[in-house]
Amino acid sequence: MAGDMKKVGYYPGCALEGTGHAYNRSTKEVGKALGLDLVELKNWNCCGAMEVKNIDPQVQTYLSARNLTIAKDMGFEKVMAPCNGCYHNLKKAEYDLKNNAHAVEVNERISRKAGHATYQPGQVETIHALDWIKNAIGEEELARRVKHSLKGMKVANYYGCMYTRPRHIFPEKDKGPGSESTLKPHFMDDLLGAAGAENVEFPLKTACCGGAHALSDSDTSTKLVLNILETAEACGAEVIATECPTCHTGLEMHQVRAEKVLGRKTKVKILYFTQLLGMALGLSAKKVGVNELMSDPSDLLRAKGLG
Amino acid sequence: MTVVEPFPALMARVDATLAAPVAARNALAEAEANLAEGEAVLEAWLTSRGVEPTEETVEGFRLLALHRQGARGDPSFNACRETCRELVYLRNVVALHEDDPEEAARALRLQAMVLKHLALFIGGKLQEAGLGEFCCSARPLRANETPGPARTAAGPD
Repeated sequence: MAGDMKKVGYYPGCALEGTGHAYNRSTKEVGKALGLDLVELKNWNCCGAMEVKNIDPQVQTYLSARNLTIAKDMGFEKVMAPCNGCYHNLKKAEYDLKNNAHAVEVNERISRKAGHATYQPGQVETIHALDWIKNAIGEEELARRVKHSLKGMKVANYYGCMYTRPRHIFPEKDKGPGSESTLKPHFMDDLLGAAGAENVEFPLKTACCGGAHALSDSDTSTKLVLNILETAEACGAEVIATECPTCHTGLEMHQVRAEKVLGRKTKVKILYFTQLLGMALGLSAKKVGVNELMSDPSDLLRAKGLG
Repeated sequence: MTVVEPFPALMARVDATLAAPVAARNALAEAEANLAEGEAVLEAWLTSRGVEPTEETVEGFRLLALHRQGARGDPSFNACRETCRELVYLRNVVALHEDDPEEAARALRLQAMVLKHLALFIGGKLQEAGLGEFCCSARPLRANETPGPARTAAGPD
């Protein structure tokens, strides 16, 4: 993952304009506070998410590739996608266009019809918000810039399933020291640790939250989320840090539903890692969109001298 | 109408493990039992789809071989890959700390929670596919909860 990451193309994706608005806001604010430059892609489109991918994976590849073309046309070598679903889809498009002749053919055909250049694999590298901050700033520099340490805050870092799966679309991961691990991811742990947080051992870091079934099969999602929440609490966590808007919304929504439907109340708070980093960098809770969350962490934040 | 949950005996045992006092445990035996329960969960998924569960091992563990078998032709099954590996990892942590009851008990507790997650995940997949003995009672409730087009059962009820 070479190259300068101080200025990258920014692909927020649809979720960050809706339910994940606080993630969008806090990502931008953290970038500003760290002196990093995010330039939003012009006229970006949906990455194809689950809906298109389930019906026609090649069309999803095209939709993601179009965003990569935009990034290339804007002069970026790297595009940062903070949403796990978008990140996964852009990576998948890159992989498909290298390895799947049918995907290449469909991408060329639709790109021609749409009247824009066809994306060629290798032109742009997709990175996650975690890669961005970890590589552009690093733990040492981050620690140096912390104004309000997260010291004493016990955090379970929850990465969800799309950040590391399937492994073959993330060739830069599992490359030994310094690279991200697909079995036990640690970039979020590294960054929040540098900001002073106490990361707890959490065995469900990449476990399924039932996000894809949040609406079609709410009971299963609620039970999966409840187990994640209860496990985090059993590990001593006060906060679950997230880096995916789908996981985040699912955890918040099903925390409420678990209490309502199953009578099981959990107290652990759920915040985006960018919100925690932002507050550690001295930004106010409002500035990083804490007021937009469903689970109100204000008591905890006040007790920790944040917000 | 009573909803029959998938893997009720397993869930009861896990809850009992979590509630039990830390002392007076044979941690490694319990960790091995958790692995065996994990294997049973994956076996249920495979047999419900007409696949004979393998007796082979991967990296020394049958659970990992069963997972690999389940993922063949079904990439979404990889969503529980790390859950299976975490079960094995925590079993190894317990084995490593046999002379440290506190650490062994901590790892065992985490392993029980991971096992529960695997059972919930596979149970959800079984229900979604219309497989398993609990479907007759669960499906009408689910149909009422989410009105929509009829689902096609992927196997016999």
